[in-house]
Amino acid sequence: MAETRVQEGKAAGAVEQPSPGKSLPRIEVIADFCKGCEICVVMCPRNVLEMRADPSRWVGSVVAVVRPEACTRCMLCEVHCPDFAIKVF
Amino acid sequence: MAFDYEKYLRMERMPHMWCPGCGIGIVVKAMLRAIEKMGWSQDDVAVVSGIGCTSRTPGYLDFNTLHTTHGRALAFATGLKLARPDKHVIVISGDGDAAAIGGNHFLHACRRNIDITLIVVNNYIYGMTGGQASPTTPFGMRASTAPYGAVDPAMDICQVAIAAGATYVARGTVAQGLLLERYILNGLKHKGFSVIEAMSDCPVQYGRRNRMSSAVEMIQWIRDHGVPVTRAKELPPEELEGKFVTGELHVAERPEYTEEYRRLIEKAQKAAEGAHG
Ligand code: SF4
Ligand code: SF4
Ligand code: SF4
Repeated sequence: MAETRVQEGKAAGAVEQPSPGKSLPRIEVIADFCKGCEICVVMCPRNVLEMRADPSRWVGSVVAVVRPEACTRCMLCEVHCPDFAIKVF
Repeated sequence: MAFDYEKYLRMERMPHMWCPGCGIGIVVKAMLRAIEKMGWSQDDVAVVSGIGCTSRTPGYLDFNTLHTTHGRALAFATGLKLARPDKHVIVISGDGDAAAIGGNHFLHACRRNIDITLIVVNNYIYGMTGGQASPTTPFGMRASTAPYGAVDPAMDICQVAIAAGATYVARGTVAQGLLLERYILNGLKHKGFSVIEAMSDCPVQYGRRNRMSSAVEMIQWIRDHGVPVTRAKELPPEELEGKFVTGELHVAERPEYTEEYRRLIEKAQKAAEGAHG
């Protein structure tokens, strides 16, 4: 199973990969940049992403990676995120 | 594999100031991927803008950048390109900046066929200054200065560019970021004046006045109103009513301005030498 995480920091830190699944996609969200616009969610053809309410944020929500194993690395979420907030490796 | 946008961003200025879901960021990303594909050094690229939401772009980018006055980006860029023809000059403008206040500069840059790439982010409205109607606000759509709907027919930026003499003209959308990247890339490769119009969303100033308050609704509207040029050719005009045509609309070859200017200088120098000789 692909490892994913929602990053809290601004910089993309090192994320450990489980060794057997080297080639599985890893999706990183830079939470501080995400403005909760939902564009990535509707762009994703595989329903990998979902919005999560987060009252601590001024925009009220943040994207969450819910089905990483379905990701095909099509990059549509990354290409269409206006806020440089999601990255697919 | 994730694209390394950070390489081109002034990270200390991020996150950027654009509203949630504003399409400008999608256009900027397409531009950065296209520049990467050109393999240009950041020091050889200049990004020039005027005033408006789109014109905030250079502030976030790590190139030679120039943030100028409203509508005048192309005038500054022309001077820059003439002084340093070896640099790759890109202008990024909004529809108000490029087609209204800078409309005159736009016509003459097209006419000169100067080797500059102009990216116009067309979101149908003046975003930064309060949602006033722009030359591209579609007929009947609302703006703060058109509360009952715009009565002025919208200007087709690409058709104007073609008529005025631009030699690469394409229209993409923020709903298809990869295609948009391809058009920008072809515009960068093209020698002469290139215009890439990017149909974009402004959910805050345009969308919420026109029953599309979310970015997603606006992006879906843009996706549904674009007609690829190959299909548009087969459709009767009434079916294109209210739609816009996407794709590479015009590619031509014509003498380029800085080269013509260099030839003129050489000719004048020869004439002067002759006169003194
Ligand atoms: S890369 Fe494609 S499949 Fe994977 S999350 Fe992004 S949009 Fe969905
Ligand atoms: S597109 Fe970007 S900013 Fe919008 S919800 Fe997705 S990650 Fe967040
Ligand atoms: S006002 Fe409109 S164009 Fe300006 S940043 Fe907000 S959404 Fe984008």
